[in-house]
Amino acid sequence: MRYTCLVHFDPAAMTTPGFDKRRFDRRSKDYDEELKAGGHFLGWQGLALGDAAVIVRVRDGKMSATDGPYIESKEQMAGFVMIEARDMNEAVRLAAGLPLAEIGTIEVRPVSESSIPAPQLA
Amino acid sequence: MSGLDLDKIYRAERGRVLASLVRLLGGFELAEEALADAFLAAAQQWPRDGVPANPRTWLVSAGRFKAIDKLRRSGRFRAMAPELRRELELEEDQMPPDREIIEDDTLRLIFTCCHPILPADAQIALTLREICGLTTEEIAAAYLSKPATIAQRIVRAKSRIHDAAVPYEVPPPAEWDDRLETVLHTIYLIFNEGYEASSGDALIRHELCAEAVRLARLLKELHPGPDIDGLLALMLLHQSRAATRTAPDGSLVLLEQQDRTRWDQALIAEGTALAELAFARPPVGSYTIQAMIAATHAAARTAAATDWARIAGFYDLLLRAEPTAVVALNRAVAIAMRDGPEAGLQLIDPLAAGELVNYRFAHAARADLLRRLGRADEARAAYHHALELTQQASERKFLERRLGELR
Repeated sequence: MRYTCLVHFDPAAMTTPGFDKRRFDRRSKDYDEELKAGGHFLGWQGLALGDAAVIVRVRDGKMSATDGPYIESKEQMAGFVMIEARDMNEAVRLAAGLPLAEIGTIEVRPVSESSIPAPQLA
Repeated sequence: MSGLDLDKIYRAERGRVLASLVRLLGGFELAEEALADAFLAAAQQWPRDGVPANPRTWLVSAGRFKAIDKLRRSGRFRAMAPELRRELELEEDQMPPDREIIEDDTLRLIFTCCHPILPADAQIALTLREICGLTTEEIAAAYLSKPATIAQRIVRAKSRIHDAAVPYEVPPPAEWDDRLETVLHTIYLIFNEGYEASSGDALIRHELCAEAVRLARLLKELHPGPDIDGLLALMLLHQSRAATRTAPDGSLVLLEQQDRTRWDQALIAEGTALAELAFARPPVGSYTIQAMIAATHAAARTAAATDWARIAGFYDLLLRAEPTAVVALNRAVAIAMRDGPEAGLQLIDPLAAGELVNYRFAHAARADLLRRLGRADEARAAYHHALELTQQASERKFLERRLGELR
């Protein structure tokens, strides 16, 4: 089964004193390699911060565009990792290994059946 | 990859390899990671080098090796309890791991999954996933729950075991009294998951049935008692009919239509002797009474020769030992056989409209009695109701065939 790990976190966490960004990035990269070696890694995508977003709506044929973020909160969606896992509990275990889980929140969601076949990411 | 069926090996060995890894690595999370790594290594090496003589010990060794390697590289190894670390390093030199220890690992894991600090629903979810190898999604489907709810339940149960430092061990027999009932229940759950797989296409997953019987035998050796005998007898008697329970097309064959000449007489003899032994040692538990019912069926050479009066009598006893709606339903079916469908229907109607309204077997049983009474329209409605509640493929086939015969 396929699952998407939506990563939410507070960007301020990356700039707190004592946070070793280089080490964090290396661990993240290592873990991606581990997921790949285990046949779990399907792809990932990081996103720019929410204030770089434009929010688009069409109502009654009329388009509106406002500057972001969509949801005003400290934690924001920063990207996603797509994984293959035997079941939800394995997906949860794999998500817990993401270093991002230590500074943010990972929302693990099953990929809806209708959206299979696999996407071409990364 | 000629002749190498990794899926089959995975299904057969997963539970026991995991149980050993949980003991060796001291926790579920590490063990599951190691299990995945071990099977990955097998997928790479076995097609090239052939399947090792003992796949299970190979997988346990490979999993343990990968785990230690990963722990060392990540620096987590130093953070582990020194005691566990020593044990891990010690085991590293022992190849292959001690067979007898491995034999008991699943039993250890069952006692862990059944630990009284866990609520009953968590014990069940944990057992089905870790020992039976069901996925979160399958457990959710079987218990009409959301996968997210089951996933959370399993994660919480594991961290409770971890936080309370529940040891992975079979406790000394003196401590069995308050644990045995849950352990027996769990073993029967494993058997039933094998015997009436709650999801999927294969009605019988033989490896789970065999594992449950093996575990009951192991328990009996460690600490004999009438309840263990009763459960073992019950499972052996069920197993004696396993080969005749499904038709070649995979559909379910009812007891009355099974080819009794193909029932396994050795299992019947062993099961019946055990059941009678347990029945002679009161207080008689519900597994023993169920085993006596199964033994009575097994003794009948033809379906028509079944001693329904004796079976109905055992159901009276069972209802007293275990006053549940499901037992009441089975008793009603036995009474219908003894006194006629009308008498059974009178007992089933309130159950099917009440407590068992969402229980597929209540509607299937009701449909069958209505069919026998010639009340075809009502029977059809009841079969449709049962079908709506049934996901199991071979049961669906059976119900659809019955429905077709009514037209």
